[in-house]
Amino acid sequence: MSERGLPFVTVVFVGGLVFGLGLAISGMARPEVVLDFLQFEDAGLLFVMGGAAFVTGVTFAVATRYLDRAPLTGTAYARRLKSFDRNVVAGGVVFGVGWGLSGICPGAAYASVGIGNLPILWAIAGMFAGAYAQGYARSRLAG
Amino acid sequence: MSALAVSLSLPFPRGVLPYLVGGLLVGLGAAIVYLGTGIIAGASTFLESTLSYLSGVERFNRPAYVASRNWRVVFTLGIVAGAALWAFALSPDPGAWTTEVQPWRLLGGGVLVGVGTRLGKGCTSGHGVCGVGSRSGTSLVNVATFMAFAIGTAQLVQALGVHP
Repeated sequence: MSERGLPFVTVVFVGGLVFGLGLAISGMARPEVVLDFLQFEDAGLLFVMGGAAFVTGVTFAVATRYLDRAPLTGTAYARRLKSFDRNVVAGGVVFGVGWGLSGICPGAAYASVGIGNLPILWAIAGMFAGAYAQGYARSRLAG
Repeated sequence: MSALAVSLSLPFPRGVLPYLVGGLLVGLGAAIVYLGTGIIAGASTFLESTLSYLSGVERFNRPAYVASRNWRVVFTLGIVAGAALWAFALSPDPGAWTTEVQPWRLLGGGVLVGVGTRLGKGCTSGHGVCGVGSRSGTSLVNVATFMAFAIGTAQLVQALGVHP
């Protein structure tokens, strides 16, 4: 990263800043707001995901069609297309149960630290533990 | 017209504006990183790439993780800073906010989120925002799956009398 220089670091930080600002304004950094959505008491989160996917959708469409390469890295613009396998569904099930139990997802958890919500560190500790457990298990199975 | 009719019948006790503005900014943040660097930033790869600083486990030390772990820390610090900027400076009602959701729910749910997001190749930002924005079939399946199970789980926990 250091060899990529200050403009790269600045753009990534500012992008994260705007991303986190949006998560805080939207209420997603508050587990209660997410749980209200999942309990059909407040449909507002539809506009968060819809609004965000609309902006990325337009950006990806324009960049892949009319632009060539990213100025700071020379990377060709592409869409986010991951291969499908049964893990995509299994992971979705486990993630969904976890999200429904806690009301918090990774990006929103980082934003939640920013709004001063220190109990969210329980969730972040859990996320690291879960990520470690699956990585350890998969490395063992592969080895 | 039918979409409008559905939306009018949905509950919006906090209004729509903060959700819409917040969502557009989340998309804009991802767009800034993308247009500048070509990187499609998700939030949850940070969990594994950061573990590579501390752990020798092979999975966390894949070249793609080691190569991206520094900027993922920068992106995450940006998220924390942006949220703090709102909460403590720009918000009409500035100050720290603390959840009432019980620690066991946060910790237990967090573990499952950590497993699920890495097994499923992404989270609410990677699949939900960038993958859906890419009209990726894989992401749409993942999002539909986690939405259904999250709604079921939250409603079950509520029905069992757990609050908050």
